[in-house]
Amino acid sequence: MSKILIVAEHDGAKLNVSTAKSVTCAAKIAGATIDVAVLAADAAAIAAEAAALAGVSKVLVVENAANKEPLAAILAPQIAKLAAGYTHVFGPSTTFGKDIMPRVAALLGVSQVSDIMAVDGSHTFKRPIYAGNAILTVEAPAGAPVVATVRVASFEAAAAGGSAAIEKVDPGAALPSHTRFVSRSGATTGRPDLQSAAKVVSGGRALGSAENFKLIYSLADKLGAAVGASRAAVDAGYVPNDLQVGQTGKIIAPQVYFAIGISGAIQHMTGIKDARTIVAINKDGEAPIFESADIGLVGDLFTIVPEFEKALG
Amino acid sequence: MRRIMVGVKRVVDYNVRVRVKPDNTGVITEGVKMSINPFDEIALEQALRIKEQGLADEVLAVSIGPSDTQQQLRTALAMGADRAILVQTDAAMAPLSLARIFQKIAEAEQPFLTLLGKQAIDDDNGQTAQMLAALLDRPQATSCSKIDIADGKATVTREVDSGLETLEVDLPAVLSVDLRLNEPRYVKLPDIMKAKKKPLDVKSVADYGVTEGAAFRTVKVDPPPSRQKGIIVKDVAELVGVLKQKGLV
Repeated sequence: MSKILIVAEHDGAKLNVSTAKSVTCAAKIAGATIDVAVLAADAAAIAAEAAALAGVSKVLVVENAANKEPLAAILAPQIAKLAAGYTHVFGPSTTFGKDIMPRVAALLGVSQVSDIMAVDGSHTFKRPIYAGNAILTVEAPAGAPVVATVRVASFEAAAAGGSAAIEKVDPGAALPSHTRFVSRSGATTGRPDLQSAAKVVSGGRALGSAENFKLIYSLADKLGAAVGASRAAVDAGYVPNDLQVGQTGKIIAPQVYFAIGISGAIQHMTGIKDARTIVAINKDGEAPIFESADIGLVGDLFTIVPEFEKALG
Repeated sequence: MRRIMVGVKRVVDYNVRVRVKPDNTGVITEGVKMSINPFDEIALEQALRIKEQGLADEVLAVSIGPSDTQQQLRTALAMGADRAILVQTDAAMAPLSLARIFQKIAEAEQPFLTLLGKQAIDDDNGQTAQMLAALLDRPQATSCSKIDIADGKATVTREVDSGLETLEVDLPAVLSVDLRLNEPRYVKLPDIMKAKKKPLDVKSVADYGVTEGAAFRTVKVDPPPSRQKGIIVKDVAELVGVLKQKGLV
C-alpha cells in the first residue's frame, strides 16, 4: 500500500495550485493514501484549503515562525522527519519544489525522481529528459522511499469537495540559522497567474522593445489572459524573468497559447508542449513555430495584433 | 587557500538535435558533439570572476564521467580554472552518489564556495547541488542570477516563479546558477596551450567510497509524442472565426 505525503506550496496565505496538481498525480497510484504537509508561520487558512482537496486523507500542519519563508535548509529537515512511515514524498516541480525536494531526498538517503509527467505504477514513472526531446520511463526500487517532483503542467488540479482531518504536528528537527531570507520582488499585475492561466499571450524578440510589449499586455487584458515571453525577449530586457516560458522558465499547459513574434526554439516549445491549442503569429512563414502551431497566421504582428484586439469587440 | 569548487559535466552539446535509439534504451550519443553543460560553464565563469576580484585564490574544476571528460576539463582549465579532478567512470551515476563524491572532495579541499549548474541539460535532474548542501549540512541557493561575496557571507538573488528572491547565506555554501548570471568567456588559443600544463588528477569512484550505478532502472526511452500539423489562416477575420468555433475567445 502506498502512503504518499505531499509537500504543500503556498505564499504564506494561500495554497498554490501546484499542490492540487500534485494530489492528482499521487491519486494515479492505485489505492494510495494521500496526506498533505503544510509548513508555515500561520497555517490555518492554507491547511483548510488543503483539507478541502478531494482525495486528501489528512493534513499535517507544522506552524513555526521559521517556516514563514520557503527556505530549503529550514524546511527539508522537517519534511524528512515527517516522511517517516510514508512510501512516497511528492512536491511540485516548481522553483519551490525543485529547490527543496532534492535536499529532502538526500536526507532520506535516496535520489529523486524529477518531473513526473505520468504514473505507470507505484514505483514506475515517466519523466522528460533532454529538454523534453525524450521521455524516460524509470522504475524506483520498492524498498526505499520515493522522493519525487511532479511536473504540474501534466496534471489537472484536484477538485474541491474533500474534508480531510487537520492535525498539528511537531517534527522535532534541528533548524539551522545559516540561511536568511532578505527580500522578494515580483510583479503583482492583477492579471491571471502565468503558471495556471487558461489563456496565455506570449511575445518574443520581434516585439523589439519593452515599449512595444504593451501590445501584448493590451491583447492579454482583452482576452483575460496571462502574459508570457520567450527567453529572447527576457534576455533583451523587454520583460522580467518571471514571465519566461520554456525549458528554463515556466512549463505551462493553457487551453490556448498565443505565440506572437516567437520563432519557436526547441527550448521554448518544451514549455508549451501541453498547451491544448497553439496560435502562432509571425512574419516569417518558415519559422519553426508553425510546425507545432494548431493555427498559424503569417504577417506583421504590429498590424495583426491591434486588428485582432479590435476584432474581439 | 581560498578555494572555489566548480562542477563540470560533459553533456551532448545544446545545439544537437537529440534522437532516441531505435531499441528505446537511450538516446544516440555516438558521434555527437559533446560540451560542458551550459549551466556549469556559467558556474565556472562566476568562479573565475570572483577570483579575478581578488576574493578567491584557486578555482578547482571537478567532473565525474568517462575518460573523454578530460576534454571538457581541459576546456575548463583553458577558461582559467587552476586545476582539475576527474573521477573517472563509465557507469551511470545516481545524483545522490555524485553528491557524495562532491562531499568527499569538499571535505578534503575545503572550498568556501561550491558552484554548480542548476541542472544538466541531458538528464534534467537538477539535484546534485541541493543534495551536496544537505550532505555537508551547509546553506544552499538554487537558480542564482546574482552572487555577491563579502564578509564570510554570500548575498544571492534567485530566479523563482514569482520573480526574484534574495537570500543571505553563511559561507561555506553550495550555489546552483541560472542562465542570466553571466556570459561565459571565449577560450583563446594561448590559453589552450597553457591549460595542457595545468594539473588534472584522475581518480576512481571507489577512491571516495561510493558505489557506481544509476538510482533507478531504465524501463525505456521514447521519443516525445508529436503534435499534429495545424492550419494556416489567411487573415485576422479567419483567425477570430476559427477561435470562436473552438470556443477559445
